[in-house]
Amino acid sequence: MTDPIRITYREAVKQAIREALQADPRVFLMGEDVGKYGGCFAVSKGLLDEFGEERIRDTPLSESAFVGAGIGAALGGMRPIVEVMTVNFSLLALDQIVNTAATLCHMSGGQFPVPVVIRMATGAGRQLAAQHSHSLEAWYAHVPGLRVIEPATIDDARGVLRASLACPDPVVIFEPISLYNMEGELTDAATSVRLDGARVHRPGHDVTLVTYGASLWRCVAAAETLAGEGIDAEIVDLRSLRPLDDATILASVRKTRRAVIVDEGWRTGSLAAEIGLRIVEQGFYDLDAPIARVCTEEVPIPYPKHLEDAALPGPERIVATVRRLFSDAQ
Amino acid sequence: MSGLPPGLTRERGLHLLREMLRIRQFEDRCAELYGAGHIRGFLHLCDGEEAIAVGVMQVLGPDDAVVSTYREHGHALARGIAMGPLMAELYGKRTGCSGGRGGSMHIFDATTRFYGGNAIVGGGLPLAVGLALADKMRGRPNVAACFFGEGAAAEGEFHESMNLAALWKLPVLFLCENNLYAMGTALARSESQTDIQAKAAAYGVRAAAVDGMDVFAVESAVRDAADHARAGRGPVLLELRTYRLRAHSMFDTQLYRDKAEVDEWRKRGPLTTLTTALKAAGLMTEDDFQRLLRESDAEVRAAVQFATDAEWEPVEALARHVHAEEVAP
Repeated sequence: MTDPIRITYREAVKQAIREALQADPRVFLMGEDVGKYGGCFAVSKGLLDEFGEERIRDTPLSESAFVGAGIGAALGGMRPIVEVMTVNFSLLALDQIVNTAATLCHMSGGQFPVPVVIRMATGAGRQLAAQHSHSLEAWYAHVPGLRVIEPATIDDARGVLRASLACPDPVVIFEPISLYNMEGELTDAATSVRLDGARVHRPGHDVTLVTYGASLWRCVAAAETLAGEGIDAEIVDLRSLRPLDDATILASVRKTRRAVIVDEGWRTGSLAAEIGLRIVEQGFYDLDAPIARVCTEEVPIPYPKHLEDAALPGPERIVATVRRLFSDAQ
Repeated sequence: MSGLPPGLTRERGLHLLREMLRIRQFEDRCAELYGAGHIRGFLHLCDGEEAIAVGVMQVLGPDDAVVSTYREHGHALARGIAMGPLMAELYGKRTGCSGGRGGSMHIFDATTRFYGGNAIVGGGLPLAVGLALADKMRGRPNVAACFFGEGAAAEGEFHESMNLAALWKLPVLFLCENNLYAMGTALARSESQTDIQAKAAAYGVRAAAVDGMDVFAVESAVRDAADHARAGRGPVLLELRTYRLRAHSMFDTQLYRDKAEVDEWRKRGPLTTLTTALKAAGLMTEDDFQRLLRESDAEVRAAVQFATDAEWEPVEALARHVHAEEVAP
């Protein structure tokens, strides 16, 4: 056991990329501004000098072409890490991700798995307004053939890339924009991250908060407030959005008998809706209260701070929703 | 066709004709089998475009990669995918070359590096760029041959891929089969610049227009292009001018073109012109021709039998291949 060190989420991702490049000559990074600029969010700063132009490739602003080229390079025996600046821009590459990466293995009868890793930043919280604040993870999680991951902790940010590159399937990794500056302890747990498992982030007895990504920390703040009121919340960090780890979710809900899903996606057609119904299908008779959810308000994310905060599933809304579960039961 | 090349041998001439005949006989049978309900979904035939498939494949080596479109039976056969598994794929049987899951539009074959069979117009171009990138990074002297129709030239993926391949000097052969109609929309109704090969100039990509009805012209142009790409001098765009003599798919009533136009092009059909030229040059007798017909007919019969005899994938295997079955390293 080595002593934990304090680093940022950004640095954790960078360390993971560096380690992957050192470990496997088939690995390379490509995307918009990953080289000379150092990455839109400075994740790849310095890697161009360290690894050179062949392996740190600046691309044109051609999301469809360079994501598709990543898929092709994966088919050709490489292990590309494709960085799409943000989920918003990834919509320009949806054809390649949904029509090609997700289908090729199946359509070819298993002859052509696509071991590509596609990273993109996601989410709101930095006053970047409507076109730069989407949380569209649910769209990708809808698609069979893809694996969808969203690390919320330093350990997961550090560990998920190794597992993704070892996976023969296309993996989409979402990195919350609002977490890049977050500092935390890097521990040995980073070396054993898996792609399919949720994790109990905070154990508790009275209510389960099911969440992922930046909302994990909203739930942590809410749980502290609730603890002061005598409500002991358990937090399940999904980590993997496809496949969903039903077993961990249900084990927690059976214990606490109450569930609130906290999701930065819009409510309609959300992951929260999917998770809620899975709980109903598998755990309805274990519930002591109706399932509730806290999602982003159904508006394009506005620019001013007070309106952006009001749109997002913040700690106050989470606390209020949990309180209601207990007061309604009385 | 502008005539036979000087020094053409009888053996070579018959080989090229045989390759094209196989495609035509196979697809004519497919149309019948579609009518009989054995083949379903979309079925796109390449009648009139056989010289392109055959001409291109004379040049490619076994390690080169091929990316194709939904109109790819000709490419697949000329590439060397066995006719039995190809027909079984059209039937949706488990012994099909894609395990029966792809059908007519999604022919895949790892042994010949045949990467589909893409039903999204323009969708295969970025893939070919990536395959070429991988080969270049791994120091392999291969090219990626990418087929697409002229309709794809209107897609962003065409322009993005041309730029990226040129920027990184990747060995991609962009092979545009210009058959003048994007489904039912004539080229002049959809493109401000109808000279497809001229678009390459904007990206500094070498380009040429080629008579796609002439197998010798196709082979010669592709050989030059492959030499250029293999030498590390970047991608090439070839606009192979051709014509689709049958409907776009089995649902197409062809309201968008005159029968007279089709008849006029049919006179230039690559099988017709090559047959006539070989006979006129004394390289093939009528007996030779009849023998070729019998041979390819026998191959098609055997393929149909193979497909008919093949088993269906059990329903229990429905979810197979959604994810890779190989064990992660």
